[in-house]
Amino acid sequence: MSVKSETHRKEIWVAAAAFALLLLLPFVLKRFYLYFLGLVFVNGLFAMSLNLVLGYGGIFQFHHAVFYGVGAYGTALMIAKFGQSPWLGFLVGPLLAASVSALMGMICIRLSKLYFGMLQISLGSLVWATVYRWYNFTGGDDGIHGISMPSLIASPKGSYYFIVLMTGACLGVMYLIVKSPFGSVLQGIRDNPVRSEAVGVNVRLQQLLALIIAGFFAGVAGVLFVVLDNSVFPDMLFWTLSLEVLIMCLLGGWFTFLGPVMGAAILIALRTFVSTFTEYWALIQGIILMLVIIFLPEGVLGYLHRKWSQFKGSGLAGEK
Amino acid sequence: MLQVEEIKKSFGGFQAVDGANLDVKKSEIVAVIGPNGAGKTTLFNLITGILKPDGGRVVFKGEEITGWPAYRICKKGVSRSFQVVNIFPRLAVFENVQISVLSQQRKTYDLLSPSKTLVIQETQNILESVRLTDKARHVSGSLSHGDQKVLEIAIALGSKPELLILDEPTAGMSPEETSRCIDLIRHLSTDFGLTILFCEHDMELVFAIAHRIMVMVHGRSIIQALPEEVRCNREVQDAYLGESEVQDA
Repeated sequence: MSVKSETHRKEIWVAAAAFALLLLLPFVLKRFYLYFLGLVFVNGLFAMSLNLVLGYGGIFQFHHAVFYGVGAYGTALMIAKFGQSPWLGFLVGPLLAASVSALMGMICIRLSKLYFGMLQISLGSLVWATVYRWYNFTGGDDGIHGISMPSLIASPKGSYYFIVLMTGACLGVMYLIVKSPFGSVLQGIRDNPVRSEAVGVNVRLQQLLALIIAGFFAGVAGVLFVVLDNSVFPDMLFWTLSLEVLIMCLLGGWFTFLGPVMGAAILIALRTFVSTFTEYWALIQGIILMLVIIFLPEGVLGYLHRKWSQFKGSGLAGEK
Repeated sequence: MLQVEEIKKSFGGFQAVDGANLDVKKSEIVAVIGPNGAGKTTLFNLITGILKPDGGRVVFKGEEITGWPAYRICKKGVSRSFQVVNIFPRLAVFENVQISVLSQQRKTYDLLSPSKTLVIQETQNILESVRLTDKARHVSGSLSHGDQKVLEIAIALGSKPELLILDEPTAGMSPEETSRCIDLIRHLSTDFGLTILFCEHDMELVFAIAHRIMVMVHGRSIIQALPEEVRCNREVQDAYLGESEVQDA
């Protein structure tokens, strides 16, 4: 027991040190790198929210970008169209995303596996088409730009801090959820829905709740993008982005808690730096995905995790 | 405690269960026997809500539960194990049972308390009673087949059932594992006062522990009676005991 709490303490120290480092970075980094880090956190949170239902829930959430986009648009419209306080907008975005997730979830959850994913893509595309076509409300394919932020978080430094704090808080809550009875049961459903139902779990309701939570956190990620970029555009809820966030989860490791954040970091870094050399970024992304599926089916972090536990020589499940 | 009346189920054109009747009294051990394909597993699936019947009634503790979803029937006090091992293979043995206990205690919507501090004692007690305590931390998918079958029962116990349904509990077990399993079933019946309904191909086991036996042939129940009566019944001998040797060969 004491060994365990000691490693636990070590983990907390590492997390605290990393957090302190993140808070100090704005004093040394250039503006571009702050933006880059912010983008990594926004996408990391976005990918984590997907992994809540994908990796932990085993649900084929193929169009997760809808909730990210709805969260972002909800906030943007509250501020730019309705002239409300941004803080209120920040609250409305995720709640709207969760509501859309609940509505779509109720329709899709009756279908299983691939059929769920396919129906979700079509319903999600409907949301995208609405945003794309409704020029005088959503700005159509121009999107909305120059959304004004509260002065506290309007500067690059301010927005960076806000994003780091919010991402940290959301990751913390998601960690609690994954480790809660709700999370345990969700993982049970992923592994064996029939058995879960047979031990008294209302499988569909449990999954629907997971979808709503995932939608909410995707909405928060959307809000943070607005804070970072002060703009929204319809690509934020286009299906290609859903594919990209799926790749982030697979790349980082969808059976590890922080894998999706790592996947997001790798993908955003490659995209940012590779696309300065070539315009064929999508091609490179495709090749990366193929290599990961063939050589690292558990993702980068999953692979490191396995190597580490082999190194420690433990085959017991409780030691994770 | 449980009455099944004229229950029916067909798959496509095949009548898997064609008017089966069953009666289980409190604290009784009832066995369902019958040749392969007689509809025993389908009958259990109909009772526990995994399948919806086409006709007939299932009554549990005086309430009709026909066609209820499986999770509701479980909450009502009917819990089961599966013929083909049906566990959470990626999770540890402890977690397998814990999920069941969490569900029984209606904690599945608890979002923020850590699972690892909850229902520890209850879970340990169950593992203790089936003697899996020393394997609690093992990934359940890596256990031997016999241990996985015992874990099946342990998961079912997590739901604190009044009626425990076991679908071929000893299928694929070695002779030692089988005798351990027989002891376990007896222990659950006498010490926990559980009502047990099970089906089994091992006749020795059936006649050793069942208080009453129901015989199923071609989806129909032909008799439910005391073991001696079933053994002497002509119809059973013709339809089942003679035939099964041919089928088993």
